Amino acid sequence: MNFRIISALVLRYIFLYTRTPMRLVELVFWPVVDLMVWGNLTMFLQENTSAQFAHYLLFLIGGMILWDVLFRAQQGVAISFLEDVWTRNLLNVFVAPVRTVEYVTATFVIGFLRICVTVLVLSVLAFVGYHFNVFSLKWSLIPFFVNLMIFGWSLGMISTALILRWGQAAESLAWAIPFFIQPLVAVFYPVAKLPIWLQGIALALPATHIFEGMRDVLNPVIGHASWKHLGMAAGLNVVFMALAAWIFASTLRATRRKGLLTKFATQ
Amino acid sequence: MSPTADPEVILEARDLSREFDGVVALDRFSFKLKRGEVLGLLGANGAGKTTSMNMLLGLTTPSSGSIHAFGRDFFKNRVELLKRMNFSSAYTSLPGNLLVWQNLLVFAKIYGVPDHKKKITELLELFEISDLRQRVTGQLSAGESTRLNLCKALLNDPELLLLDEPTASLDPDIADKVRKTIRRVQSERQISILYTSHNMRDIEEVCDRVIFLHKGKVVTEGTASEIVAKSQQSSLEDVFIKIARSGDIVE
Ligand SMILES: Nc1ncnc2c1ncn2[C@@H]1O[C@H](COP(=O)(O)OP(=O)(O)OP(=O)(O)O)[C@@H](O)[C@H]1O
Ligand SMILES: [Mg+2]
Repeated sequence: MNFRIISALVLRYIFLYTRTPMRLVELVFWPVVDLMVWGNLTMFLQENTSAQFAHYLLFLIGGMILWDVLFRAQQGVAISFLEDVWTRNLLNVFVAPVRTVEYVTATFVIGFLRICVTVLVLSVLAFVGYHFNVFSLKWSLIPFFVNLMIFGWSLGMISTALILRWGQAAESLAWAIPFFIQPLVAVFYPVAKLPIWLQGIALALPATHIFEGMRDVLNPVIGHASWKHLGMAAGLNVVFMALAAWIFASTLRATRRKGLLTKFATQ
Repeated sequence: MSPTADPEVILEARDLSREFDGVVALDRFSFKLKRGEVLGLLGANGAGKTTSMNMLLGLTTPSSGSIHAFGRDFFKNRVELLKRMNFSSAYTSLPGNLLVWQNLLVFAKIYGVPDHKKKITELLELFEISDLRQRVTGQLSAGESTRLNLCKALLNDPELLLLDEPTASLDPDIADKVRKTIRRVQSERQISILYTSHNMRDIEEVCDRVIFLHKGKVVTEGTASEIVAKSQQSSLEDVFIKIARSGDIVE
């Protein structure tokens, strides 16, 4: 892996975001809207429930912020790739001495940077507007963020593979992927509330364990996350990352074999 | 299969074939490109020129055959070999939302160009587009963006350059300048070039040798004047039309 190449690819996005501030608006707009919806809902519920449960209700905001981490990471990866497709730049990158792993790593870094912006904005707003202190979740929350981000990266790679294979027709599908799994990963309710047969699938996804863990942290009775949740998430992440890498690499190979790489790179 | 041991052979294709869903785009295409040589690939639309280039760049996998660049198996050493190569075409573009200098800087860093500021300035001057440095890439005219692509292609001082219709969108004046610039840089640095174009003037001025393809097969090869003489036509353009219509240079 060559860090000069990765930083060059990342530099390109920094240029892009500084040149077109609208991109930054896009990064902030939906999270803020989400936060207002979930924040106000939480306040409303808190005012109409027992004091004990009221505090616990913060998991709605927590769930929303953590969900955004996953979603932003996935988008960061997929958008970075699509940007090359949209600007017909893909060929220039593929004929340059860039290894696939370097290209993919650069998209991960961009996913990470996007998360930083979003989380920063949301944390400040959540604190000012709804007295939800992200860091009240303690530093134990950092591994939660990291695990969600890595899962987002894996989903991003799978989305990219879909676009590679089916061209721009798969773009909207690539967008929707995180939402396919949203009901399963128990963002806003415990896994136990899912039908039994879905629980098995849910527990096979790393994100589920993160959201379960988050609720433990916020639950006044429990108050801390169990390492079991975190361990499961990390272990499953390794599996998913390997799977996503395999899907991506074999799709790329198939794309070269079919001669499709150049087709949609020049269209 | 070992490649030709001759160090002067920069690029060698052997029996390169490619079919797409049963349609043969390229049929056992073999050639050698020497150091400092400019080889033109000619042929009608769909003859297989771009398909060859794409395989030589590692974008498309051949159905069969081998490619050696700088004496090494291209597919086994792709990334290493791509450092010494570059590519330009009128049909690709650099990210439209960045400024011209930003795009060149990004690629200079990707290729690890040592003194990139100087290099970028030099190349912009070479193609007479220094005044475009601060412009938004997406707003360039076709001809301006073609010249920017050529700047990108020369950033890493490639020893091997693949140019797929690099002059397709240039006006006659600029085309003439660009041809001369390419030729000058090429001979100064002894760059080997594989060149496709539908402009016979381009080919006659730039290429040392020409290969005519028709439906994926080599029809004839030699210098432009040899081919014109051999086919008893009056110009390369006539040879082109003859081959495009009948698939051969003689009746
Ligand atoms: N990815 C692909 N899938 C299917 N067929 C393809 C693909 N790429 C090329 N072909 C076919 O292969 C043949 C050769 O195409 P190629 O692009 O190499 O021609 P060319 O010589 O570059 O023509 P032009 O002068 O029009 O650029 C054509 O018949 C084309 O339709
Ligand atoms: Mg072509």
